[in-house]
Amino acid sequence: MSDTPAFEPRIVAFFCNWCTYTAADLAGTARLTYAPNVRVVRIMCSGRLDPQFVVTALRQGADGVLIGGCHPGDCHYQEGNYKMLRRFHLLKRMLKQFGIDDQRVRLEWISASEGDKVQRVINEMVAQVRDLGPLALVGKPTPHPDASEKHAAA
Amino acid sequence: MSETMQSAEPRVGVYVCHCGINIAAKVDIAAVVEFAKTLPYVIVVRDYKFMCSDPGQELLQQDIKELGLNRIVVASCSPLMHEATFRHATEAAGLNQFYFQMANIREHVSWVTADKALATRKSQALVSAAVRRVVLNEPLEHQKVPVKPNVLVVGGGIAGIHAALTLANAGKQVTLVEREPTIGGHMAKFDKTFPTLDCAACILTPKMSMVRSHPNITMLTYAEVVGVEGYVGNFTVKVKKKARYVHEELCVGCNECVEACVYKEGRFTDTFNEGLSKRKPVYMPFPQATPSVVLIDPESCIELKTGKCKKQCATACTRNAIDFTMTDEIVALEVGAIIIATGFQTFDATRIPQYGYGKFPNVYTSLEVERLVNASGPTGGEVQLRDGSTPKRVGIIHCVGSRDEKTNRHCSRVCCMYSLKLAHLIHERTDAEVYNLYIDMRTPGKGYEEFYDKLLKEGVNFIRGRAAEVTDWTVTPEEEGKLVIRAEDTLIGVVRRIPVDMVVLSVGLEAHADADEVRRLFNISCSKEGWFLERHPKLAPVSTFTDGIFIAGACQGPKDIPDTVAQAGAAVAEALALVDRGFVELEPNTAFITKELCSGCHTCIAMCPFSAIRYNKEAGVAEINPALCKGCGTCVAACPSGAAQQHLFTDEQIFQEIEGVLNYV
Amino acid sequence: MTKPKVGFYWCASCGGCEEAVVDLHEAILDVVAAVDIVFWPCAMDFKRTDVEAMADGELAVCFINGAVRTSEQFEMVELLRRKAGVVIAFGACAQSGGIPGLANFTSKAAILANVYEDTRTTVNPHKTYPQATVQVPEGTLTLPVLDETVRALGQAIPVDYYLPGCPPPAKLIADAVGAILAGTLPAPGSVLAPNVGVCHECTRKETKPEKMLVTQFKRPHQVLIDPAQCLLAQGLVCLGPDTRSGCGAACPAGNMPCTGCLGALDQVRDFGAKALSGLASVLDAGEDAAIDAGLAGVPDPAGTFYRYSLPASELFAKLPE
Repeated sequence: MSDTPAFEPRIVAFFCNWCTYTAADLAGTARLTYAPNVRVVRIMCSGRLDPQFVVTALRQGADGVLIGGCHPGDCHYQEGNYKMLRRFHLLKRMLKQFGIDDQRVRLEWISASEGDKVQRVINEMVAQVRDLGPLALVGKPTPHPDASEKHAAA
Repeated sequence: MSETMQSAEPRVGVYVCHCGINIAAKVDIAAVVEFAKTLPYVIVVRDYKFMCSDPGQELLQQDIKELGLNRIVVASCSPLMHEATFRHATEAAGLNQFYFQMANIREHVSWVTADKALATRKSQALVSAAVRRVVLNEPLEHQKVPVKPNVLVVGGGIAGIHAALTLANAGKQVTLVEREPTIGGHMAKFDKTFPTLDCAACILTPKMSMVRSHPNITMLTYAEVVGVEGYVGNFTVKVKKKARYVHEELCVGCNECVEACVYKEGRFTDTFNEGLSKRKPVYMPFPQATPSVVLIDPESCIELKTGKCKKQCATACTRNAIDFTMTDEIVALEVGAIIIATGFQTFDATRIPQYGYGKFPNVYTSLEVERLVNASGPTGGEVQLRDGSTPKRVGIIHCVGSRDEKTNRHCSRVCCMYSLKLAHLIHERTDAEVYNLYIDMRTPGKGYEEFYDKLLKEGVNFIRGRAAEVTDWTVTPEEEGKLVIRAEDTLIGVVRRIPVDMVVLSVGLEAHADADEVRRLFNISCSKEGWFLERHPKLAPVSTFTDGIFIAGACQGPKDIPDTVAQAGAAVAEALALVDRGFVELEPNTAFITKELCSGCHTCIAMCPFSAIRYNKEAGVAEINPALCKGCGTCVAACPSGAAQQHLFTDEQIFQEIEGVLNYV
Repeated sequence: MTKPKVGFYWCASCGGCEEAVVDLHEAILDVVAAVDIVFWPCAMDFKRTDVEAMADGELAVCFINGAVRTSEQFEMVELLRRKAGVVIAFGACAQSGGIPGLANFTSKAAILANVYEDTRTTVNPHKTYPQATVQVPEGTLTLPVLDETVRALGQAIPVDYYLPGCPPPAKLIADAVGAILAGTLPAPGSVLAPNVGVCHECTRKETKPEKMLVTQFKRPHQVLIDPAQCLLAQGLVCLGPDTRSGCGAACPAGNMPCTGCLGALDQVRDFGAKALSGLASVLDAGEDAAIDAGLAGVPDPAGTFYRYSLPASELFAKLPE
């Protein structure tokens, strides 16, 4: 037995209100138990997903990011999921250039009735990211509080 | 940045709900409370058995007044469940309702997490996120939008008919759209209805004719919805009226044209009679069809196929109603609410080949037998085999395409009862020996168990066991010339061979094959089986996730006529509540552009599927019309300069939430 | 009245920022008349000891360009921070890492190996690498140490203002100097350039189609550029919408797409991620294959979107191998 506790990944999920968030609620109603490592941030549509959210989550300590949206053609807002898909393709390519493993940032289409898919995807992803280990980003030098504080104090 | 910060220092109250033991059994409430006390701006943290109850709501209202709280966080169930409840409570205490934030520690934590310590940690992280976020919340107002008074009902079965009539009686202008050439749906095909055995036609046809004659109802038959735009209270619907080649307003339903048709006999499958009879290219779907108007099938009409017919039908029509040049027509409707009542389809029995449907002529589906026993059916109500003889022994196999891992897992709810009804009718008309092969008898309805009881006494045989196969391989002389049903009788523990003349397959109810296209059209959800998804299985059974669109009847799941009619009534009540109020309050989660920050790059404009964004040439910036914005936030994510933001979902709020959920303790 | 003392210093940079000061042309004479330049190693002979001899805060303003990569640079900027009342990060490298910041896509070890071993013109059979200290008969020689990563100036010392650009446009410099002399500098921490994108001042702005949609991104050599039409609308990767203005949209005016040197707007947290979002969003493609084909014109997204801002980005550097 090792002294340090086993690595447990931290995953931030961005779920759209109408499909995947509802599916996650359904998983709850159906009492489908799954790994507690995923924390859901609700957005109205996966189209609201700004890649800044993904890089911020990774910098703030997430070992993985899961994005959930309505199936293609099913978007509550017609095509927000497609708009996001375009960003996702380019983002994945860019994250690869940063050496970030493909499995750490995942997109899943999960409809409102697929509570079981929420359970499966989360369990799967947590296991995968657990195997990958912690995301060891190079520490970012804490930006100095701009001199504003110094000035304010003076 | 400082724009979203409020002038007054945030004073946050956090309320942790036990939800009885729903949360408390899995989450250490005291630990969550202690943790929340350490978060910035938090003034007070309390926990309560049921936050959604009156005393629970009063708790936070009292604190708003006495402790001067200006931000509220409730950690309880899903915001889709009780966000509105707590917003109202917040507002009632004098605080803008959008100074409220919810943490979902039931559906997303206590109900899905095995380990109590981990569930507690996850709850703490979600509370932390909600507190960080609520600090940035801004006061907002709901946007009021007027509602159009008219209602669209899609589907002219008993659900749609009942909905349309009730709405029309309430004084609403209703358009009823039906894909078939007549309204009536499945119910119009039945002879009797269970358990009362009252005549289906006697109770349905008066309603059908009321639909036709009601001044507030516009009936569009042989028509399909092809486009839906807009939003709650303000839908624009496009309906395609297929060409009948007969002018509805001129035809009186005299059937002279049908008589005159160059085909002397019916040659084409009569779908209303489930293929048990033939019809001509020009035909009336069934005698009580509503509207009572003939139509011409372009697939079989010689004139429409080749242009080389004598057109005796047209000549026979004294009202010149027949018009071979007719084309499909698009009708546009403006409605405030839509009720979808598109019904079901029956299971295709050929998918279970061991039952021999399509192979043995005397294996029937239950719907075919409904037509056989129907007085206006192809045999005038005589139960006959294909050769015209009367069956002496009949086997009814239950659960065909229901409760079956290989086809449909669900129970179709109506088959036990209609099988009993058919057993009764067959026995009554033919004096045949009738065998019911069932898995379980399911008769939970008013008078249903009593009906079953009556059948038991009538001498109908019941064999508990799923039939294995229907075969013509006979082994004993008395089986000779008969079909043999092989089944295990689980009550006596033997495999039995039951020789019969007629097999009735009690086919289950399925969602329409095109349910997926229909739901996309209306932007609603459906279950994996294709049933339209209600907003909440208990508390919002006829609402959908798209406001202003309601569902009724078997399109939502298998149900019998009483339940269908009740649900249609419920959908009407919801629709009336919407249109009679006259306006809707839209969630103010709209996007907005700070014009000083906008460079006029045009990126956002193409993002909007609702054309809510336009470029203001004079100002050189893009502008969002909040009345058209539906709050998806796609333009906000795309805006390259961060000039576009979304109320309730600003970048900064989401960043705070991200940092909050990563606040592992 | 004594004239305020001003210093200029450079760290990891190309020298273009120094050129930009000279590019003030005649206006520089007004500057020289108004201030006393007491430290400018690029242009005049000053020593570090001259700075060390100053009292803390004696320099009214110090303009520092370049990113921070070596121990020497860090020592100097710390020293100048002590001596200067106001430190202005001058240019993209000081503001957000700039072109030298792209080195965070590789490691210090890989850089040294490349320079001292792998390049074809290098002959280094003994694998001699520069050392921080070397003993020679005459005593100890020292060299600055290369840090593991490149930092923006604000990640090394507190910075009062940012003057963005590669190099900062003459007008922004003149405005900043004017504001310093007039005592009208905005709130500390500000970027001394308009908080609105380049499109705002681009001559091609009025040619934008109502719906900005592109089916295929292209690289400048793949297309005959229309000299009048919006470059993004032509499928070119123009970062004008993402980038702070103040440059007069000089690059698009010269038929060159904006590469983002003036950096992010105030309300954007991560320039590259936001620019990626904006660009990918205008791609008009539905299916996976069409999306990938359309985005083929962006062969190096990380380099494209973080060209000037990798050290200031959320991810900061490539993951260690």
